[in-house]
Amino acid sequence: MAEEKLARTPLYALHQSLGAKLTAFAGYDMPVQYAAGIIAEHLHTRAQASLFDVSHMGQVVLAGADIAGRFERLVPADVVGLRSGRVRYTVFTNERGGILDDLMVAREGEALHLVVNAARKSEDLAHLRAALGTGAVTYLEDRALIALQGPAAAAVLARLARGVEAMAFMSLASVEIAGIACDVTRSGYTGEDGYEMSVAAANAEELARRLLAEPEVAPAGLGARDTLRLEAGLCLYANDIDESTTPVEADLGWTIQKRRREEGGFPGAAIIQRELAHGTARRRVGIKPEGRQIARAHTPIVDAAGKEIGIITSGGFSPSLEGAIAMGYVPSSLAAPGTALRLAVRGAERSAQVARLPFVPHRYHTPR
Amino acid sequence: MSNIRYTKDHEWIRVDGDEATVGITDFAQDQLGDIVFVELPEVGRKLEKGKEAGVVESVKAASEVYAPASGEVTAVNAGLADDPARVNADAMGEGWFYKVKLADAKELGDLMDEAAYNAFTAAQDKH
Repeated sequence: MAEEKLARTPLYALHQSLGAKLTAFAGYDMPVQYAAGIIAEHLHTRAQASLFDVSHMGQVVLAGADIAGRFERLVPADVVGLRSGRVRYTVFTNERGGILDDLMVAREGEALHLVVNAARKSEDLAHLRAALGTGAVTYLEDRALIALQGPAAAAVLARLARGVEAMAFMSLASVEIAGIACDVTRSGYTGEDGYEMSVAAANAEELARRLLAEPEVAPAGLGARDTLRLEAGLCLYANDIDESTTPVEADLGWTIQKRRREEGGFPGAAIIQRELAHGTARRRVGIKPEGRQIARAHTPIVDAAGKEIGIITSGGFSPSLEGAIAMGYVPSSLAAPGTALRLAVRGAERSAQVARLPFVPHRYHTPR
Repeated sequence: MSNIRYTKDHEWIRVDGDEATVGITDFAQDQLGDIVFVELPEVGRKLEKGKEAGVVESVKAASEVYAPASGEVTAVNAGLADDPARVNADAMGEGWFYKVKLADAKELGDLMDEAAYNAFTAAQDKH
């Protein structure tokens, strides 16, 4: 294999000192796991709190006159109606209604803060600059992004930054954590309560070490991040969603707020509006293969005659359920939970069922 | 001297008379990470050296297990069905995969001894 020059996040030295196993991911040398291993890191996240380095993701600030209105022309979410200090999950669509990337958008006053996928950073930036003008788009080169995820995250972070425990889920605030300036969102991609902290690269290791010094916190790598998001039924770009899948097929219709459904005004709107009204031929669903053998991405879903009728797009082992879990696309007539499916796993047919998503209930923080 | 031999695919085979025990190496389990599923050959199946004998799956990846030597499977480690993590805990002992009645002991001649295997994995680790 050709050796590509891998980029390093500001926490690279920390990963090495923690004994991480590093792997190439989206051009970065990233920790796939630490000494504890993926299953232990996963279970720790569900029980306590884990620290993830997600600095490989792209952080972008958009500014300028009517930036929310102009940005809305690229995504089906209601961004104009997003209040300052709030965060929303959305997707960039193309003219066919396909998904160019999924992202988080936070509003701070008149500016928008985006977090996009590492592997799509350069495409997203080109897309944004073409649509909004180069001057409106600032890529935050020298910032790290650290996620603290798990039921203990709020109690831990509140010790270092009083008040963060009162933040609503999917909100944004500028906060000093242990004296370090951070832009914090209460969000994440594990199905747990938690926070993502954007911090200057120079302060990233100090912040991470301060968090890891708390008794509830352990480091977790990309391996656990993947098993956690799969249990939570969350999409991984390039696996579960891509340019050939629409938000409606991907069961992401909930990301399209009412005004945008009615008005359109985003790439592929006519197709997506038609699908919202009349349904789609296929749909992303949860899939529970029988037993422990994993049905990984690209496993065909077949009918009684062995003909391919669908495909697994993410599949792995659920540490919480101690069995195989997956997501994939099936004909909409077979999308009801409990529907029996057949999978062609490594040449042999295996039984599976359509499962309700998420596999493990979300435990986001929702104020009473 | 140890009667364990190793393959470049990271299987080990321990010979005892005309029977041998097969598993994957400690290096292999460490590379794979948490093992969650092992598919073993059926007792009575005739395996051919170098051909697939089973599958081991970790959270990260699935890999084939290749027969280090030809012969008929005489026993399998049924405990791995419920507790595949035994392979992580004790790859060379409790985490064995199957036993085989060797068809031709001479087939073991091209496998590595422990010193050669250690040198082989040390070179791999640098990549």
